[in-house]
Amino acid sequence: MDPRRPSRVIDPKVRKVGFFTPGPPPERTRSSPAATTPAQSPISNPLSPVMIPPARHASDNLSRAVGVLVPTASQLHVHPPADSLQVGSYTLSDSGFSASPTRSPSSRIGIDGEFSEDSANWMKRDNSGRFAAAFPTGGPDLTQAIEASNNEDGGDVAKEPSQKNSKPLKAKTTKAERRALQEAQRAAKASAQAPAQTSKPVKQANQKNDVSQLASSSVVHEKKGGDKPPIKDRKKEMPRTRMQFDDKSRVEKAQKRSVIKQTEARNRVELFRHLPQYERGNQLSDLGSSFFQIDDVHPAVYKVGLQFLAGDIMWSNARCIAMLQAFQKVIEDYSTPPEKTLAIDLSAKITTSVSFLNECRPLSISMGNANRYLKARIRKINPAQDESEAKTSLCLEIDHYIQAKIVLADKQIVMHAVTKICDGDVILTYGSSSLIEMIILHAHELRRQFRVVIVDSRPNLEGQQLLRKLIEKGLSCTYTHINAVSYIMHEATKIFLGAASVFSNGTVYSTVGSACIAMVADAYRVPVLVCCESYKFHERVQLDSICSNELGDPNVISKVPGRKKNCLDDWASKENLQLLNLAYDVTPADYVSTIVTEYGMIPPSSVPVIVREFGQELY
Amino acid sequence: MWWRSASFILDRNDNESVPKPESRLLSHMAPENPNPPINKISAYYQTRAAHHAVVTSDWLAQAQAAVGPDQDAKPSDPDSSEKPPFSVIQEFNSWRKQPDLAEAVAAIRALASVIRSSEANTIAELQSELKTASDSLKSWDTTSISLTAGCDLFMRYITRTSAFEYEDFNSAKSRFLERAEKFGEISYKARKIIAMLGQDFIFNGCTILVHGFSRVVLEILKTAAESGKIFRVLCTEGRPDRTGLRFANELAKVDVPVKLLIDSAVAYSMDEVDMVFVGADGVVESGGIINMMGTYQIALVAKTMDKPVYVAAESYKFARLYPLDQKDMVPAVRAIDFGVPIPSKVEVETSARDYTPPQYLTLLFTDLGVLTPSVVSDELIQLYL
Repeated sequence: MDPRRPSRVIDPKVRKVGFFTPGPPPERTRSSPAATTPAQSPISNPLSPVMIPPARHASDNLSRAVGVLVPTASQLHVHPPADSLQVGSYTLSDSGFSASPTRSPSSRIGIDGEFSEDSANWMKRDNSGRFAAAFPTGGPDLTQAIEASNNEDGGDVAKEPSQKNSKPLKAKTTKAERRALQEAQRAAKASAQAPAQTSKPVKQANQKNDVSQLASSSVVHEKKGGDKPPIKDRKKEMPRTRMQFDDKSRVEKAQKRSVIKQTEARNRVELFRHLPQYERGNQLSDLGSSFFQIDDVHPAVYKVGLQFLAGDIMWSNARCIAMLQAFQKVIEDYSTPPEKTLAIDLSAKITTSVSFLNECRPLSISMGNANRYLKARIRKINPAQDESEAKTSLCLEIDHYIQAKIVLADKQIVMHAVTKICDGDVILTYGSSSLIEMIILHAHELRRQFRVVIVDSRPNLEGQQLLRKLIEKGLSCTYTHINAVSYIMHEATKIFLGAASVFSNGTVYSTVGSACIAMVADAYRVPVLVCCESYKFHERVQLDSICSNELGDPNVISKVPGRKKNCLDDWASKENLQLLNLAYDVTPADYVSTIVTEYGMIPPSSVPVIVREFGQELY
Repeated sequence: MWWRSASFILDRNDNESVPKPESRLLSHMAPENPNPPINKISAYYQTRAAHHAVVTSDWLAQAQAAVGPDQDAKPSDPDSSEKPPFSVIQEFNSWRKQPDLAEAVAAIRALASVIRSSEANTIAELQSELKTASDSLKSWDTTSISLTAGCDLFMRYITRTSAFEYEDFNSAKSRFLERAEKFGEISYKARKIIAMLGQDFIFNGCTILVHGFSRVVLEILKTAAESGKIFRVLCTEGRPDRTGLRFANELAKVDVPVKLLIDSAVAYSMDEVDMVFVGADGVVESGGIINMMGTYQIALVAKTMDKPVYVAAESYKFARLYPLDQKDMVPAVRAIDFGVPIPSKVEVETSARDYTPPQYLTLLFTDLGVLTPSVVSDELIQLYL
């Protein structure tokens, strides 16, 4: 059907876990207890795994001990210069000698305690396997054996022919042994430096590898380096962990930096202590008064932040657009300070704005995605480009993002979703989503005859806004609270839900209560359609609503509207009472029939396809 | 062992085709049923019936003539611009006459010949010509999922090329043609590929339940039988057009032991079944299939009894549809002969097919390989987007 198919089928991606030898024979990578124990031993080692030599000689030893024929003889000829350098030159035999004493410390590094015996064993096996044929006396110590071999062969150049004369097995062993020695040497050097500095030696060891003329081994190490980058690089690659608010030291640091003075709420639920929760009500006035003290936040961002804080902008699309438009103003008013580059300084500026907004209200995942896009664009700015040009192009990019990813995507989703609304349908929706509203109104414009059930819940009662708009347009609606969902569900023929985000495993992250609706719908065999723009998709996998969520104001749920005296009025003073007002919950993919995106209707299992195919180009 | 006698079934088939069941049905049901859907019997099933020799081809010609005018009008206006004798529909019909050629493959070949006979001078013109041709083909039979999907896929496959890079129109056109023929070739070979893939799943001594007459499934079973596998097949009767009888007939010809069941005996005999094989009218984006009525219930029973359900379908049947439930499909209607007159107050369910959701399917054998249902959407996304 398509030319790309065969390539995808044929190309077998062997997933390599842990340490592996990048050498050609795949048999070697197969780990067995003998191989894994020395490889794992460096875990106790304070050094980085990059420079751990045992992985290499362990597998070599293994291959020999097991008796696998390793075609090293051919390798010798493939890389004659490197090998002859290793084998023939005086330096090598020198290294052989010098390596022998260093070897034992190196292995000691790897072996703390329990592994010592094990490694001693494999060293013994080594010796017997390697030298049994040539030296029947096979000394217990490796160094002796090497010295013996060197002496017997009469030093440097004579070694190579002797290998060729002897059995191929022997040739192999020496080659492998040489590798082992090199590794040991390298490790020894690194370990000598290790105690002085903790993280730097890694880098140095790597540099050494690059410098070393041993072509084959440097290739090996580069590969290893690619697999396990040095610590600094790895930190960048690792997804930044979100701030855990039960980590006191970090919270204190963050508070020093923060603009808004937040007071931590009391009586917080134990399970959700890692999420930020503050006393509401007083920040707004504080922030208003501190307006003139804040200088590094642009007024436009400030305004949006206040709106977030006050809850004037609720919908996730609206929040995202407001944020992007504020950033547009930031970029317009920006001028690069002297001796700074636009790309770096501007992205720092955006970062402070983002953290300001994040303090006002935790950013949604869609906003995180938009920020990632913007940062990527800023990073890609050509330093040679004129400043005003760069600024206009960035503003255009933001406009384009808003248009393509939000406005047009919404239109496309409406087109797709409307095909599923037929005459006689009863559409059930939960809360209020701008997208669902557009879909329902468009279906009404197309003169479809259907009824809408709006399920709502405390404390926000967002559904009432939607209800008002639909009633104005003349739709026939039913309004109920989530408590009655199982009663009303049998009337419904389709469920339309909005989403704050969709994760890679098809899990839908949405307003709290959506999961309940979806599960009840599933029990009643009513199809659940989740409408979500693809810019809200995220490659993360989330299994529960606990790890990442947003805590709302607990005071809101303690008050019953219209009642003068609430039982929970002084709830904060009660030690053993905790209130939880969650903002989002997670709907497992099993309860979702389809996800409507601008690319069409897809099953939840295909979310990673969208993320893979269309996410890459953005960042 | 009456079912082993091929001639018996042949005789039976002949007997049935003589009185032309559908036309007889037309005559006696039309006055009785107040809302007769018979007039718009799905063309897809007419073609199948013709291929399966239940209905004679002259009857088909008559039926076509009866529904003709509006269909002829459709292709005539796009074709008026080009030379009058050529028509996609005609081309399509001439290909369709070959009994072994699937409808979608016929459409693909017809579209390829559109390119060949086109007198367009620009790529845009050629593309719009192709578009009108494929639209007219699609509107010729809206009930056939594979026809629609085949046309769409063809358009995608042809026009997605980097043909625009070619400065020269003729080289672009020849590239179009080359791709068109390649696509036709792939589609034509699909059945063989699936047969080779699918037969590995048949082990010696297994019992296979088959529903409906699927040429791909037949090909799989034939290939397995030829390679010396010993297995038994249970065939559902496949009312109303008795596709099961014909399937049993085909299998008996290659000496595969066959047992016929009435459609309602599926659950009864499921515990002796090792696997279920079905074809598909269309494979939808959720990974589920739309197939002959009864597939869903067989899949449900098989799921309950933990039997694997395998679907054999060519990749040109992958359609960008997403049915949410059984009613959420383009209705395809087929007349049902109950043998006795039905009182006018009684309604008859005439839907010809149902939708089987992906969770009830084990694997799909396609010419793209053996896929799990969720991969279908992956393929469709990559193809269309």
